[in-house]
Amino acid sequence: MMADLLRRSARLHLAMRDVLDGAKLWPLWGKLGWNDILQRYRRSFLGPFWLTVSMAVMVIALGIVYSQIFKTPINDFMPFLCLGLLIWNFINTVLNNAGALFTGAESYVKQIRLPYSIYLYRFIWSNVIVFAHNAVIYLGVMIYYEVWPETFLYAIPGLLLLVLNGALASLYIGIISARFRDIPQIIVSLTQIAFYVTPIIWKPEILGSRSAILLFNPFHHLIEIVRGPLLGQLPSLESYTAVGIITAVNLAAAAAFFIRFRARISYWV
Amino acid sequence: MSETALGLDRVYVSFPIYQTGSRSLKKNLLSLGSAGRIARDANDHITIDALRNISLKIETGDRLALVGANGAGKTTLLRVMAGIYEPISGTVTVEGRISPMFDIGLGMDMDLNGYDNIRLRGLLLGLPSAQIEKLMSEIAEFTELGDYLNMPVRTYSSGMILRLTFSVATSFRPEILLMDEWILAGDGGFLAKAEGRINALISNASILVLASHNLKVCRKWCNKALWLNNGEIQAFGSSADVIDAFEATMKV
Repeated sequence: MMADLLRRSARLHLAMRDVLDGAKLWPLWGKLGWNDILQRYRRSFLGPFWLTVSMAVMVIALGIVYSQIFKTPINDFMPFLCLGLLIWNFINTVLNNAGALFTGAESYVKQIRLPYSIYLYRFIWSNVIVFAHNAVIYLGVMIYYEVWPETFLYAIPGLLLLVLNGALASLYIGIISARFRDIPQIIVSLTQIAFYVTPIIWKPEILGSRSAILLFNPFHHLIEIVRGPLLGQLPSLESYTAVGIITAVNLAAAAAFFIRFRARISYWV
Repeated sequence: MSETALGLDRVYVSFPIYQTGSRSLKKNLLSLGSAGRIARDANDHITIDALRNISLKIETGDRLALVGANGAGKTTLLRVMAGIYEPISGTVTVEGRISPMFDIGLGMDMDLNGYDNIRLRGLLLGLPSAQIEKLMSEIAEFTELGDYLNMPVRTYSSGMILRLTFSVATSFRPEILLMDEWILAGDGGFLAKAEGRINALISNASILVLASHNLKVCRKWCNKALWLNNGEIQAFGSSADVIDAFEATMKV
């Protein structure tokens, strides 16, 4: 009983040290995360902006097509779609690649002792960089359609919560995926479904009286707390409450898995 | 120079093998013999006991050679010392900074040039940026790579990459240096220079642990030796005695 308690508190202590020591190594993960992006586009003319270009093409194409299909005015639909796609792209890449968080870093994990959290920081950092590159598209859309939301400052806490939840979720997805290699495949199919049932390429108004079901879609709330303020409308209290609950659940899961299984990661990868 | 020490107390390490569920495969593995003992854990997973009941203590100035057959647990023991594997039971105590030199290419970005890779490796080894810049000219000189340092590492031969990694890893007085045997892959002239560098490091009161099949090198560089057999300590003592005993079994 006593020994068990001691072991638990030692685990907690080591997990917390890992997170803090990892954060202190920001010059390392900053560089590694940046290199991850450069590596893909080295010796190409546009470099990382290739991501932006392909994203921009998708936004414009889908915007034109879907505003026709749904018969909505394009100057109203385009900013909505653009933001939705940019935010979804972040969520989607984070969730789909989180499975390789530790297995993809096998050569590091097995050769050198580093805080495990640096792989998480590196991963989130490189995704935030891509997100920032893509934000240029939103600026373009804003200027073209002359959208000047006065509520845009409210998007900042939204963005922070979005990134925090991405980090927490990737931590436990990365740990579980190191042990069970089927998880990343399952996530890929689930995110595909999530894309269609979440208001990204269609507006929530379409649902009419059935829009209550959106209340149970966590992705809708995570997107809404960033997209709403940037479109000039404050997110509802329900959205903020939902994101609060999502964050609490993610935090509890990430902490539980990391404290319990941190030391097993090197055995599993 | 502060005191350094490395101690292991009743360390056990076993690896879960998830790929093999079947009993027949278990039997196949058992017949391999030289690898660690195969067992089952509480959840009926097959596990390989890579290290069993390892206790040892080494102190400042010690140069320890790890010898043993393939699969005896030398690399696993090095990784436990490096903190990569936290033991299933038992404790590892470390006083001093550990510098592992296991993987010659770790963190090497083939598209970056030599200087940038020195910076990256320095960060990986836990050096602050300012200190890396201070050591840069000395490191660059020791690599003997000259203008090649401005070229992407992609264009280097493996020997040149070895010079680069060795130079960075040994440039900052590692207190506890852990080496796998890849270090012997360098060309003759560089090996002589590397030996000079390692001798200098040891005289600066640090610990060396070297896992190698090259017994001649073990005798030359090490004053102590640990003979691992099937994940257990067979003998631990002065390098001459232990290596003699190990060599005797090899000849039979």
